[in-house]
Amino acid sequence: MNKPAASPAAARRAPNPAHLALLPMALTALVVYLGSMLWSLRISMSSSRSLPMQDFVGLAQYQRLFANERWLHSLHNLALYTPLFIAASLVVGFLLAVLVDRQARAGGLLRAVFLYPYALSFIATGLIWQWLLNPELGIQQAVHGWGFAGFRFDWLVDQDRVIYTLVIATVWQGAGLVMAILLAGLRAIDADILRAARLDGVPAWRIHVSIVIPMLGFSFATAALLLLTAAVKLYDAVIAMTQGGPGTASEVPAKFIMDHLFGRANIALASAGATIMVLTAVALLAPLLYARRRALRASR
Amino acid sequence: MAAVSVRNLRVALGGQPVIEALDLEVADGEFLVLLGPSGCGKSTLLNAMAGLLEVSGGSIEIDGVDQTWASPRDRNIGMVFQSYALYPNMSVANNLSFGLRARGMPRAQVEERVQRAAALLQLEPLLARKPAQLSGGQRQRVAIGRALVRDARVFLLDEPLSNLDANLRASLRRELKLLHQRLGATMIYVTHDQVEALTLASRIAVLHKGRIQQLGTPAEVYARPANRFVAGFMGSPPMNFLEGTLTMNGGVPHFTAPGCEFELRDCDFGAAAPMAGEAVVLGVRPEQLRIAAPAAWSGVVTLVEPMGNHQVVWLECGGASWSVLAGSDARHQRGERLPLALATGSICLFRADDGTLRGVTA
Repeated sequence: MNKPAASPAAARRAPNPAHLALLPMALTALVVYLGSMLWSLRISMSSSRSLPMQDFVGLAQYQRLFANERWLHSLHNLALYTPLFIAASLVVGFLLAVLVDRQARAGGLLRAVFLYPYALSFIATGLIWQWLLNPELGIQQAVHGWGFAGFRFDWLVDQDRVIYTLVIATVWQGAGLVMAILLAGLRAIDADILRAARLDGVPAWRIHVSIVIPMLGFSFATAALLLLTAAVKLYDAVIAMTQGGPGTASEVPAKFIMDHLFGRANIALASAGATIMVLTAVALLAPLLYARRRALRASR
Repeated sequence: MAAVSVRNLRVALGGQPVIEALDLEVADGEFLVLLGPSGCGKSTLLNAMAGLLEVSGGSIEIDGVDQTWASPRDRNIGMVFQSYALYPNMSVANNLSFGLRARGMPRAQVEERVQRAAALLQLEPLLARKPAQLSGGQRQRVAIGRALVRDARVFLLDEPLSNLDANLRASLRRELKLLHQRLGATMIYVTHDQVEALTLASRIAVLHKGRIQQLGTPAEVYARPANRFVAGFMGSPPMNFLEGTLTMNGGVPHFTAPGCEFELRDCDFGAAAPMAGEAVVLGVRPEQLRIAAPAAWSGVVTLVEPMGNHQVVWLECGGASWSVLAGSDARHQRGERLPLALATGSICLFRADDGTLRGVTA
């Protein structure tokens, strides 16, 4: 009965090895991430140009930001790009995952082929996309060469369509990641469930829509989470493919921030932009994180 | 007319033959158990009947119609899986009705069938729940219900009770037998548990290495095993074996082994008369032995397993490990030498070379 149990206080004093091991990472997260965020917030309320200043101008930089035509255009572009990019990546990635899962034999090869884009830097692949989409060099020129002179595919230099070329190129990269995540989820589904559905006489498409996709809820939420963060920080694809052009037709917030931070020597305005982006991302991610937790609980 | 008839069936998995030239006739309304150790091909056979596996030869007839190449949905069968295989995102009611709705059955008829199956299996209070909120036994009842709503003539059950704990398994086993009596449908049941086979089956097919070793009623398979594999697989603890030879003593066949000679009274040797010097293996079930004199054999105690209402005493006996059943109040020590006498029942003789049954005493 009087077994000497470790008192809660003693347990609290003893250093937990797991916590000790996590300490460097926790410090990094605290100092580097949170610290920089707070510093950006502080700078965004100053009148800094190329060097940080310690004065305080309230929300003046935010007023300037939202009066800036280029910033508004960037936000508009991102709002157009993000849903298209996420939806297309999820759809293409899911179809790929189902294909790879069905063709178990060639699965390893297919997986490698579709996962490679994710391993490559977009600065390199973006350049190849630029060549392909460039009407003077790429697909359009090739089709002309085959004798179809009327063929036009010049979205890259079209003010209204250039954003879709960004979607195409980044979906090609994002779909591989989605496929890998969903494939892991697909493999975890009990094969007997699919057999039972076949015996029940449920057509294959209906099995996928009514059983497989709901069972993959957690995987889909995880993939959407990663895609959303990728969309918000979209930068390298724009640099490699369009440089924000033609005109400002493919400007995005991350590029606006980088330009003002390093090119235009206006770190206060850039910091204001960065703060807005962080707040937007948090606002968008919160419901996704919540949905992901619910999906996890439902799958247990 | 046979409910299911399998003729000359061959199935290969990944180029490796699992079942070769298998024939099986299952009568209408029968409860047939496919029994065997893991890897013997019993689940493969069931999946081939269900159409979930492609066969490489032979034919499968269900309800008088050749279904060898039919798709699973057209075979008019219901199947229950070991892992239950319920649709986790759907309520119990939707689990039951999903297949019917997917086939485009009118809503009223679907509703009626679900209600009927739910009433039969006492699932009514659970209809709104998700599978995750059910116990193992409830999940298995839903899985059975999902097979029932299809009004199939033949039910295939693939180790349906293996994932349940011992008490629940015994009670669901009884429920299943009652269900079979009420429905009168044909059931083909795969298990590696010989107790389930003996209690449920109207006939047992013992499978080993993709072949049916013996097909018969539980009593037949238990009392007259066709070979040493069946004899050793059926019964717990398994049959005791002793290698020896046949001798003739005054015209009466005897079994002789070092330190033991035993008269085989009224032994049925079939067509071939017993010959002196034939190498045979004697088979005796543990419950046919008694620890008493006059001793026919003797052995040294190596282990005692108390089972509550009886004990299993393991003995070292002529180089083989034997087991004997003893009363729960008996006291035996390790290292003690015990006399063994034959109590009741028939003992079996197997050929030493191929292990097939040579003879059975009356």
